[in-house]
Amino acid sequence: MKHAKTATQNACKLCNPLGACLAFRGIENCVPFLHGSQGCATYIRRYLISHYKEPIDIASSNFHEETAVFGGSHNLKIGLKNVSKQYNPEVIGIATTCLSETIGDDVPMIIREYKQEFKNGSPMPIMIHASTPSYMGSHIDGFHAAVRATVKTLAEKGAREKLINIFPNMVSPADIRYLKEILEDFKVPYMLLPDYSQTMDGGPWGEYHRIPPGGTPASAIAMAGSAIASIEFGSTLEASKSAAGYLEEAFGVSRYHMTLPIGIKKSDKFFTLLETLTQQERPEKYDDERRRLIDAYADGHKYVFEQKVIIYGEEDLVVGMTAFLSEIGITPVLCASGGKSGMLRKSIKELIPNMEELGIKVREGVDFVDIEDEAKLLKPDFLIGNSKGYTMSRKNNIPLIRLGFPIHDRFGGQRMHHLGYRGTQELFDRIVNTVIEQRQNASSIGYTYM
Amino acid sequence: MEKITILEGRQKQIFEKKSGVEQLDISCDTSSLSGSVSQRACVFCGSRVVLYPVADALHLVHGPIGCAAYTWDIRGAVSSGPELHRLSFSTDLQEMDVIYGGEKKLYHSLIELIEQYKPKAAFIYSTCIVGLIGDDIEAVCRKVAKETGIPVLPVHSEGFKGTKKDGYKAACHALMQLIGTGSTENISKYSINILGEFNLAGEAWIIRKYYEKMGIEVVSTLTGDGRIDAVRRAHGASLNVVQCSGSMTWLAKEMEQKYGIPYIRVSYFGIEDMSKSLYDVAKHFPKRTDIMEAAKQVVSEEVKELYPSLQKFKKALTGKKAAIYVGGAFKTFSLIKALRSIGMSVVLAGSQTGNKDDYARLKEMCDEGTVIVDDSNPVELSKFILEKKADLLIGGVKERPIAFKLGIGFCDHNHERKIPLAGFVGMYNFALEVYQSVMSPVWQFAPRKGVKI
Repeated sequence: MKHAKTATQNACKLCNPLGACLAFRGIENCVPFLHGSQGCATYIRRYLISHYKEPIDIASSNFHEETAVFGGSHNLKIGLKNVSKQYNPEVIGIATTCLSETIGDDVPMIIREYKQEFKNGSPMPIMIHASTPSYMGSHIDGFHAAVRATVKTLAEKGAREKLINIFPNMVSPADIRYLKEILEDFKVPYMLLPDYSQTMDGGPWGEYHRIPPGGTPASAIAMAGSAIASIEFGSTLEASKSAAGYLEEAFGVSRYHMTLPIGIKKSDKFFTLLETLTQQERPEKYDDERRRLIDAYADGHKYVFEQKVIIYGEEDLVVGMTAFLSEIGITPVLCASGGKSGMLRKSIKELIPNMEELGIKVREGVDFVDIEDEAKLLKPDFLIGNSKGYTMSRKNNIPLIRLGFPIHDRFGGQRMHHLGYRGTQELFDRIVNTVIEQRQNASSIGYTYM
Repeated sequence: MEKITILEGRQKQIFEKKSGVEQLDISCDTSSLSGSVSQRACVFCGSRVVLYPVADALHLVHGPIGCAAYTWDIRGAVSSGPELHRLSFSTDLQEMDVIYGGEKKLYHSLIELIEQYKPKAAFIYSTCIVGLIGDDIEAVCRKVAKETGIPVLPVHSEGFKGTKKDGYKAACHALMQLIGTGSTENISKYSINILGEFNLAGEAWIIRKYYEKMGIEVVSTLTGDGRIDAVRRAHGASLNVVQCSGSMTWLAKEMEQKYGIPYIRVSYFGIEDMSKSLYDVAKHFPKRTDIMEAAKQVVSEEVKELYPSLQKFKKALTGKKAAIYVGGAFKTFSLIKALRSIGMSVVLAGSQTGNKDDYARLKEMCDEGTVIVDDSNPVELSKFILEKKADLLIGGVKERPIAFKLGIGFCDHNHERKIPLAGFVGMYNFALEVYQSVMSPVWQFAPRKGVKI
């Protein structure tokens, strides 16, 4: 049934500040700080914790009624002072909220005043400000805003170095570790931002860490302006909103912008790009990974061919997944996102020029009720996306393959790979097994070989 | 170890019980310091948790998307029928709405959602910016109520206008608009409302069954497995039985004033408090000695079954130390007693929203050397857990990773739990969960055991 739909029901997106907090966690010795009500920080912490299973401290300026009336300047300054004292951070990543944006707080000016007022105190942390009003865009915009603001604050001009910047987008800690492994195997100096591979998925503690170990050091980010190139994943991420875009504009660092490397073709593109930039061949180990993946494609192709799926989530993840699905013969009958960049359709069309012919539908700015309505018509074999699709998966009895963020109802979301040959291999195995499990369960015989 | 200092301005919200030393009252009921990482939430959160379990109402969050997205299906509050409360509705305000106002969007959202889902009532939660952009929520609600014929109740829960407690009050205020609008015909004289019980993992059903065995009619549970029609009849009960005092005492007082219904405070956690909550209700009906007899019968049957099953846990857990940090202080009292009954002592006790009386009572109850905190944060909690060598932390989802990082057991005593911890059966579940977490062999690898990592 079609409903008139003004309200958003079961949102397929989160708010802007969440993405910023996650990105700030990828900077070494940095405390994310939300300028707004206490609930924002608490809810976002809770939401992130349920996925990453790590303590996540996010400070808040804890607006009161007077703050909203007279402006947040006083609260923000006290907050910065308190955070500096208790956490002794090298960096404070300040993101705004709907509240501080609506009352019109001029955060850059407040930071300047703060630095002036307290310049004789203990060493002043670096302050990064990202404007992240919740009434614009979604969490992914907050993520990119924070990464761009970080580079804008820290990157300096310098003589060209043999250095590559890599901006991997909102991927899992496991993906980040894999990317670092690749770059280390290429023996090329790199600056990856944000690197929350350890801060959001670390080991046990013998003592309490106010700020967990790990993250990209501010000193490394400062070098970003001297790099030979930036690689940035994300088909729908425009240069004007991206960190690599800023570096190109400000320091002439070439921006190589590509789809998230999921599937063989996009992973090839990534490795070829690295080969070109470093002028060396990829290490043999990645050829091995690639060969195993092609072999697996052959072994599993019959299970997946012409399966129909609905894929949803952040637009760039949807595009990356679509690239992969199309090369194994799965038809994404709906590519959906709560995001609204206006670029999703174009990006899918670039990948699959005859998308209409194949019956591939693209929808931006949707919620899970919209997706559910589509699912009733499109009758997909399964759904692919974050765990928030479980409600409709259960209700309509369509299996869900969980990936991306958040995964709140399964274990190990932070250790899941998505990128490169390794990530694709994991995803392919899971998809094939989902199909096999379905068939096995549906069979009256109960085959023990499939 | 790195020295952890307590933020200035926080010192008054912490103390350690020491005999022979004159101690000041703890400072509480204050807003959290700017820049601290409080474990508290906001006014909206307070309202949302209280009203959330009302399963046949529409819960529409008026504001940008975050507040609705983060509270989608957030509690383990289960329903025996409709499950409208498990969906998330937001007006998802955009920049243009912020500039030109969101009233129209709110109006259309309401009309459409009521048409689509046919709720018995609607709660409209204001979020931070709603007041600032000047939306007249009351007017929209009145209009929609008139057009649709169902109660449409504004909940004034702008995040920054106070603390979580103010949110509780705003929610209770909305409930008060409903109470008194239903028929009280055929309600027994021996009847109660269960207040502040949210039916997490079906706990309200367990409690309800005990009372019904005693011959008591439960008119309404506020708000666990809640139904609008039952809320409307709540004024027909003879007694309000209040758990989670933080959220519902205000409502109980209002009902006392308006309808002359007295109230008692109870807790359903642990054998001692669970039994007392049955006896206290029986005492309220002194002429019916059979009710007290029935209460004794329920307790004796349950305890007879429960007590032997706890011994295994007690044997293993004796001498182990616990830290408690939960939302309301009243729960802390029960947990201290429950832990003692399985041989454990409490080295840290605290809450997000306790008041002066609560902390005075905590001080009385606690052992020498116990640290008592109000509105704590991860740094402080960790400091005391390590210093006091706790083996277990009891808290909510935000506290869980702190415990696990430091390599100690954890028991979730918050909204998300999936296993009932209330009632006699709940005491068994609680002991089992504590046992399974504290005694797990995985902690042998924890750095606190001196293992190199």
